[in-house]
Amino acid sequence: MIEIKKGIPLIDQHDENGFYAGKFGGSYVPETLKKPIEDLTIAFEKLRYDESFLKERDYYFKNFIGTPTPFIKLENLTKHLGGANIWCKLVSKATGGAHKVYNATVHSLLAKRLGKKYIVGDTGAGYAGKMLSMAAAKFNLKCKIFMGTKDISRQAINCFSMKSFGAEIVPVDSGSKTLVDAVSECIRYWVANCDTTHMAIGSTVGPNIFIKICAWSTAQISKELKSQLISYFGSVPKKLKLLNCVGGGSSAAGFFNEFIDDENIELIGIEAGGPENGKHAAPLTNNCKIGVLHGAAQYVLQNSEGQIEETESIAAGLDYPGVSPLHCFLKEAGRARYTSASDEEALEAFKLVSRLEGFVSPSLEPSHAFAEAIKIAPKLSKDTILVVNSCGESSKDHNIIAEKLGYKL
Amino acid sequence: MTSHTLKKNFDKLKEKKETALITYTVAGDPDKETSLEILKSIAKSGANIIEIGLAHNTPIGDGKEIQNSAHRAISNGILVKDLFDIIEDFKKNYSTDIIIMTYYNMILQFGADNFVNECRRTKVSGIICVDLPWPENKEFAEKCKNNSISFIQLVAPTTSKERLNKIIKDSHEMIYYISMLSTTGGDLKSSPEEILKNYNDVKNIDPSKKYVIGFGITENTISALKSADGLVVGSVLCKEITKSIKSGQNPVTNVANMIVKLKNKIQ
Repeated sequence: MIEIKKGIPLIDQHDENGFYAGKFGGSYVPETLKKPIEDLTIAFEKLRYDESFLKERDYYFKNFIGTPTPFIKLENLTKHLGGANIWCKLVSKATGGAHKVYNATVHSLLAKRLGKKYIVGDTGAGYAGKMLSMAAAKFNLKCKIFMGTKDISRQAINCFSMKSFGAEIVPVDSGSKTLVDAVSECIRYWVANCDTTHMAIGSTVGPNIFIKICAWSTAQISKELKSQLISYFGSVPKKLKLLNCVGGGSSAAGFFNEFIDDENIELIGIEAGGPENGKHAAPLTNNCKIGVLHGAAQYVLQNSEGQIEETESIAAGLDYPGVSPLHCFLKEAGRARYTSASDEEALEAFKLVSRLEGFVSPSLEPSHAFAEAIKIAPKLSKDTILVVNSCGESSKDHNIIAEKLGYKL
Repeated sequence: MTSHTLKKNFDKLKEKKETALITYTVAGDPDKETSLEILKSIAKSGANIIEIGLAHNTPIGDGKEIQNSAHRAISNGILVKDLFDIIEDFKKNYSTDIIIMTYYNMILQFGADNFVNECRRTKVSGIICVDLPWPENKEFAEKCKNNSISFIQLVAPTTSKERLNKIIKDSHEMIYYISMLSTTGGDLKSSPEEILKNYNDVKNIDPSKKYVIGFGITENTISALKSADGLVVGSVLCKEITKSIKSGQNPVTNVANMIVKLKNKIQ
């Protein structure tokens, strides 16, 4: 069994080669990127302890992102389901409407420190792209966003935001035309432009340094939650379960981060179970084999030959064949439990949460986490606290949801 | 010594003061049979070393032309087993050195030991793995060496001096010098003089090894770089295959004609 080293942050649980549990992560990159990655690693490892950088980060987290985000009890939902008390961390109230703003802000600040004028990133649901464009505009960086053409058409609202913020959207028409292809194209672009350009991978995936930067940024969510729990309950409740959707895994890594050492707390990651046709985007739930994708070893949907398989999910932000090495590590260590919710369950959860708790309005990604909460809450005792991270708000999905529910917008 | 044939091949070229022309095409592009015919025509037309790509569907180092070829090969159902069939068939009549170029996940899923065994069985001379850099490649490179197969290290303009020394020390007989910051097939960003200057700096670290230049080499740029030990052309050939398919011409003859043209330019 893999042991998690106590008192050591999740992002520092890797060995000297960047592997978690000796087998997840690493930096499988073309030689051209070795030096830029090494430079970024040195810079980040210095800056994460640098007081002026931390002060700058905290300033923008507070004044640009608007932290802390609310922590609220979902009284109607709790009453409706009976059983556990359901609470919600409304990360969707962060500027821009999702957790992706933390990583985007930190990467923009890093790019400034590294003297880069250009920043590039990938996006699936469009939130990573929207936030990076927004932060780039704020910090005067020229921004390019790589996005699959399938996602461009289903997440048009976020594309509109990216364009408004002055970013260039580079359509990616290869493969499944979704996030996996956008990340590949973004890395390829960086290979060719790493001398002038900073790359911000949009989730806790990619070569190890990008995983670390992203999870370090989103860790803000659990730092806030911990102090909010203490202020509401006097201490961190003993019967506590945290629920978060997992695509690449950036919001879940940030949501779990502060609670890894406290084994009383159950950490539950919910992947995209996909539609009824059998396709999915849930490598952890379905015990996929370890493979190398986008520079890191991880559980990944692939055929026996090693070709990466196409995924399908109603939630563009979860529609990714791999998953963060951090979650592979937490699964392997038995510290977090991973399950999936189907497209239909996510839609049903969206309907119920919206009807009972209108202001929450989760996007289709966190609707997967709500689906699991709805499933387990009735079976749990009344002194159990479930906290769901509502990490994105739903406006980007209104067209998809309306169509599925038969409304005409 | 790792690959005996590769070493002999380079020694002979040195005697004749010839630059090695190294080609890259993708196994199974446009289909299994034609890609074998392409390899044969490449060998007959004067190429000195043949790289054959094992396509992966999430490549992070390839430009558009090679992606197109890889896409055709995968769509046509090419398997790792087919790659070795193609090489085995080719080797029945040709002695030209074969180097496999691929991404690490393909090797990992086939099993590193199985992969190297198959390479030895089918007389493969070398392996290039785009996303398995030094020092991550140490174990696999050692495995190759123990089976008389060259693991070909890549070095790039961004590789630091310190890294260069270490990589070259651990390298086998051939080193692949990436000409510029680019995916495969980009336009040359620096002048050939500048590329050669950097190339010679790298070569001087250990002149006993052979260094080939790749990325961005076309009909227009190849002759200016002919003082290198070898030059790799890939995207230009993949493009020729794409063009041939689109215009209903025979890719086998068109690629062969291109090889003759390229070879003439470096003689």
